[in-house]
Amino acid sequence: MHPFSLERPRDLAGAFASGAQAGRNDAPIEFIAGGTDMVQLLQEHVRRPDRLVSLSGLLDATIELSPEGLRIGAAATMADTAAHPAVLEGFPVIAEALLASASPQVRNQATIGGNLLQRTRCPYFRDVGYAACNKRAPGSGCSALGGETRWNAVLGTSQSCIAAHASDLAVALVALDPVVELRSASGQRTVPLAEFHRLPGETPHIETVLEPGEVVAGILVPASPIARRSHYLKVRDRASFEFALVSAAVGLDLEDGIIRDAHVALGGVGTKPWRVPEVEAALSGAALEEAALRQAAALATQGAEPRGGNAFKIELMQRAIVRAIQTAGARA
Amino acid sequence: MAARHVRTTINGDAVEFVCEADEALLDVLRDRLALTGAKEGCGTGDCGACSVMLDDRLVCSCLVLGVEAEGRKIETIEGMARGGELHPLQRKFLEHAALQCGICTPGFLVAARALLERNPDPTETEVRFWLAGNLCRCTGYDKIVRAVMDAAAELREGRHAA
Ligand SMILES: Cc1cc2nc3c(=O)[nH]c(=O)nc-3n(C[C@H](O)[C@H](O)[C@H](O)COP(=O)(O)OP(=O)(O)OC[C@H]3O[C@@H](n4cnc5c(N)ncnc54)[C@H](O)[C@@H]3O)c2cc1C
Ligand code: SF4
Ligand code: FES
Ligand code: FES
Repeated sequence: MHPFSLERPRDLAGAFASGAQAGRNDAPIEFIAGGTDMVQLLQEHVRRPDRLVSLSGLLDATIELSPEGLRIGAAATMADTAAHPAVLEGFPVIAEALLASASPQVRNQATIGGNLLQRTRCPYFRDVGYAACNKRAPGSGCSALGGETRWNAVLGTSQSCIAAHASDLAVALVALDPVVELRSASGQRTVPLAEFHRLPGETPHIETVLEPGEVVAGILVPASPIARRSHYLKVRDRASFEFALVSAAVGLDLEDGIIRDAHVALGGVGTKPWRVPEVEAALSGAALEEAALRQAAALATQGAEPRGGNAFKIELMQRAIVRAIQTAGARA
Repeated sequence: MAARHVRTTINGDAVEFVCEADEALLDVLRDRLALTGAKEGCGTGDCGACSVMLDDRLVCSCLVLGVEAEGRKIETIEGMARGGELHPLQRKFLEHAALQCGICTPGFLVAARALLERNPDPTETEVRFWLAGNLCRCTGYDKIVRAVMDAAAELREGRHAA
């Protein structure tokens, strides 16, 4: 592992004062929560912070349902969130995305805050044997451009980076319009999850809007008919314990077999959790019939830039959308 | 880098150790405490050979920093047998020949026990789903799944009898 010092502040004020910054691959001070992504990155010398600041015991792990919706504390584990009755009942897409993620061991240890901030699975990012990676080493180039692109994105890419965002949970959540609660020494602010992650542009090493000394404290998900009739479909190389090639999170508001309103988000194809408003607009008022669904799903590929080994995702994402809607639609 | 003093409970005993910030719990267990049952198959959370219980939760000890074990309860494969008496899961693994090289076995046993404590009567699909974080390069998994199902059945009978 890269050598670092580890601080365990007594309270959140201490964590804020550390100036640690998550979601930036050049930050010299970074937080650690469950450690399931961070320790791996340290082991592989992908992240080389001088100081790590532990959040363990400082943030709440409660999961609560109130009239405003569901609040998940940043320290809640993936396992506890997936098993929570309120999540299973009113937000199935969240539980499904979590149970399709990682392994029981990892889900027991990993937190929701850390999940949103996990790094990409672009193989070049995670292997320091490849010198060129703008996300890991700003300005060094991109090994994936012209390399193996099977795990990379086709939407939201730039000339600097085409890495796909890896979190299944973030895709499920972004379909439900939640806000992320951020806390720092200067107080609390909320940011829609859709605006929390940044597109790579020319600075792919800066992944979120987090400021130094700012933590994710929780996530607030509004309750809705969409959330209740929701589903997560994950397509991957093996049936479990694997990241998504393509995934689709959908939520439907149905009346007499007609879609009143639909939310659709995609994973494995975007450089951040990817909503497809054009698809949603086309679904509104449509019947749950395959031809109509296919026609709407085709709009997801607008602006997509396939590169060699990931061209299959263009067809796959459309099929995933259709199947996810059919599954959600068939639910009682 | 300053070494840190950490207090834990391991397999029921109070255990204190000194470790560096950049040491994983797995390395502390194996290299400092001579508890070599948990294995390092990958060091990146992919294989489950390092599985231990941390505050009653199954985790990969290769992804936990030793320092973060402060004040917590750890259970390892070394605490599974009672004196000379094997845990039913251990016995069933032997009976079903559910191991060859044995590298994955401690992790499977710890993970399987965690599963059976929560779900004493799992279906085969459930056993496979909940053991998905444990990889085995030798057995092809069938014998492991059968051993776990068989141990579950025996444990259920024991429970009724008691
Ligand atoms: C073997 C394996 C398989 C996996 N498979 C999947 C999968 O299929 N799908 C999937 O979605 N994920 C998968 N993951 C990723 C996993 O979900 C993440 O590693 C995990 O959620 C990270 O949470 P953590 O608490 O361990 O974060 P850490 O590793 O502790 O931290 C990760 C990042 O988040 C930051 N951070 C953590 N909490 C906060 C906070 N509250 N505020 C600000 N910054 C914070 C840290 O600074 C760090 O940058 C897998 C991981 C492993 C090891
Ligand atoms: S796609 Fe992004 S993460 Fe992957 S090698 Fe290129 S710059 Fe690095
Ligand atoms: S050594 Fe920990 S999961 Fe492989
Ligand atoms: S017995 Fe060899 S890896 Fe499982």
